Amino acid sequence: MNDPMDAPALRHAANDLVRGARVIDASTLDRDLTLEADVVIVGSGAGGGIAAETLSEAGLSVIMVEEGPLRTAREFRMSEAEAYPDLYQDSAARTTKDKAINILQGRCVGGGTTVNWTSSFRTPPATLAYWAQALHLDGFAAEDLAPWFARMETRLSIGPWNMAPNANNEALARGAAAIGIRTGTIRRNVTGCVNLGYCGMGCPLDAKQSMLVTTIPAALGRGATLITRAQAQTLVRDGDRVRALTCAAMDAKGVRPTTRRITLRAETFISAAGGIGTPGLLLRSHVPDPYAVVGKRTFLHPTVVSAALMPDEVGGYYGAPQTIYSDHFVETMPVGGPIGFKLEAPPLHPVLAAITLPNHGAPHAHWMRRLPNLQVLIALLRDGFHPASPGGTVTLSSDGTPVLDYPLTSYVWEGARRAFRTMAEIQFAAGAAQVMPIHGDGTGYREWSAARAAIDEFTLAPLVTPVVSAHVMGGCPLGADPHRAAVDTAGRYHHLANLYVFDASLFPTSLGANPQLSIFAIAARLSSGLAATLVPGERTVHAS
Amino acid sequence: MTTRRTFLVVGLAGGATLVAADWLRRTRGRSPALGANAALATLDPAAPAIVAAIVPVMLDGALPADPADRRAAVTETVANVARAVSGLAPNAQKELGELFSLLSLPPTRVALAGVMTPWADASPEAIAAFLERWRTSGWMLLRSAYDALHQLVLAAWYGNPRAWPSIGYPGPPVLAR
Repeated sequence: MNDPMDAPALRHAANDLVRGARVIDASTLDRDLTLEADVVIVGSGAGGGIAAETLSEAGLSVIMVEEGPLRTAREFRMSEAEAYPDLYQDSAARTTKDKAINILQGRCVGGGTTVNWTSSFRTPPATLAYWAQALHLDGFAAEDLAPWFARMETRLSIGPWNMAPNANNEALARGAAAIGIRTGTIRRNVTGCVNLGYCGMGCPLDAKQSMLVTTIPAALGRGATLITRAQAQTLVRDGDRVRALTCAAMDAKGVRPTTRRITLRAETFISAAGGIGTPGLLLRSHVPDPYAVVGKRTFLHPTVVSAALMPDEVGGYYGAPQTIYSDHFVETMPVGGPIGFKLEAPPLHPVLAAITLPNHGAPHAHWMRRLPNLQVLIALLRDGFHPASPGGTVTLSSDGTPVLDYPLTSYVWEGARRAFRTMAEIQFAAGAAQVMPIHGDGTGYREWSAARAAIDEFTLAPLVTPVVSAHVMGGCPLGADPHRAAVDTAGRYHHLANLYVFDASLFPTSLGANPQLSIFAIAARLSSGLAATLVPGERTVHAS
Repeated sequence: MTTRRTFLVVGLAGGATLVAADWLRRTRGRSPALGANAALATLDPAAPAIVAAIVPVMLDGALPADPADRRAAVTETVANVARAVSGLAPNAQKELGELFSLLSLPPTRVALAGVMTPWADASPEAIAAFLERWRTSGWMLLRSAYDALHQLVLAAWYGNPRAWPSIGYPGPPVLAR
């Protein structure tokens, strides 16, 4: 095998990442490829990006494997038609098995951090307390993680957002205040942000401090290799050690594998492929799983949506997409009781609005024509803290791709009904002329009392009530007890010596908050711990 | 493994229908290159015509009034649906292929969609009735098929800058770089 530096497949990402960095676009491979390194990391999102920087800083040779493409600021054109197919899993149309929940997940270099809306929350203390007390997870209390949150906040420029919220977010603050509900300002990972509002299509100004512009260039600068358009297929084992990862090179659109195969050998393997990808990789690899925990207890923050028409222009397509939140209904709902929910606002671009608004034809067009006056709230339900909220299960479909089966239980629907009520109340209090809970045929209501009466009678059900998710968590939970946890408190898979999981699949429940900062902090801590146990320089990245 | 869609067809009309649908799809082969709609025609030769029939009804009230603009809008929307389909995962493409086979074969078109004529001859009212029937179906499978059509068609139109003036979306800001 030739040195990959000479391979025609090698693409230099010029000024975009690091000049001369080793970036291999697997879709252009004209032969099979075998590489070796100290560490192979599957996934380049929040977990993989942090791990790559930490481990390469420790002098270890690192290969990152990413299923999606490498796209950078100059290719981010604020176009939904381009961004969703290119940068998201399944063209942003990933669903659960019964198709009742739409899942937004990144699939590009930087993963979710390249396309998320920059919301940065430390893991809520109530969540960490539940992990410690109910789940007996040691070492992940708020005070244990505080230095790691602080470190990540510094590294990724996470701080208060000082510009005025856009009118879509301001309506949440205004309406909530009017009914006595506290809101807060969301911290964001940006530098030099000019408030465009297109975070979900990739930041065209490199203002968002995603993995794409921070840790990945840093790792590449220290000699890491990045392979894009490569789908991790199987971990090849020898006893209790993983010896290699086999990958399929994908075609240029990332739809089907080409005939090229990639074999990556390493001392240590890290799966950071996310809450569906990581369990999928482990299941495909038939790793030992004596207590059948892999892929179980997968959580989504099931999210319901309420649309409103405001008398004044809102322009929810411009301005930082998420800047105001309310935790009133997580803070006042103790964990273990009825499900709590976090209130936020989403960006309102035409495609996202069109696929979210129910029905079609004239009723749909009627609302679309009022896009400038549209105001939308979302409620993210905190799943996984109650026996009636066991989450979903990742399994493999016949072609080996992972699929999440997530039954929506009556426990979740009860919270959805409360969330619809609250969102409508806030929207009317903010001055809405009409509120349309996103449910059924999408009837609009002109008065709070009418909306409330209707919501109380809604038949909430899969595919009748649209549910969305942008946060897949769990499936490989942390914990000392292998009967319940897939990985130990160092992030090492319980039943293998050199396989680690550093991503959102570690979480034993959902978080009750947007997950990126939790993933950053836990991945930073676990990868620092791992780096201390590895001997650098055993292998440089080379072809064998 | 029995997929839910397989189960649907077996339950409805016996396994023969699915076998026939599959056989027809293969033996009818691929239509000669259909340019922008090739990805749709690959799913099922009748798929471009089915989508072209559904688009004006699903986008009733949204398309331009001028006949020439309207024709162009429909053509572009069908092409954008095809482009979207070509980017979907193989499993999703397979499921859509099964959906279009059900819609194209006369027995299932009549029984499931309630559309009595070939799609090209179907009246807007007949297509509207079909969409309403599936949107409100008690059968989760038909609802999810409606959702798939809803997403594909509405994203294909509203992702098109031609749609933006009518909804007051000024488009993304122009960046000086």
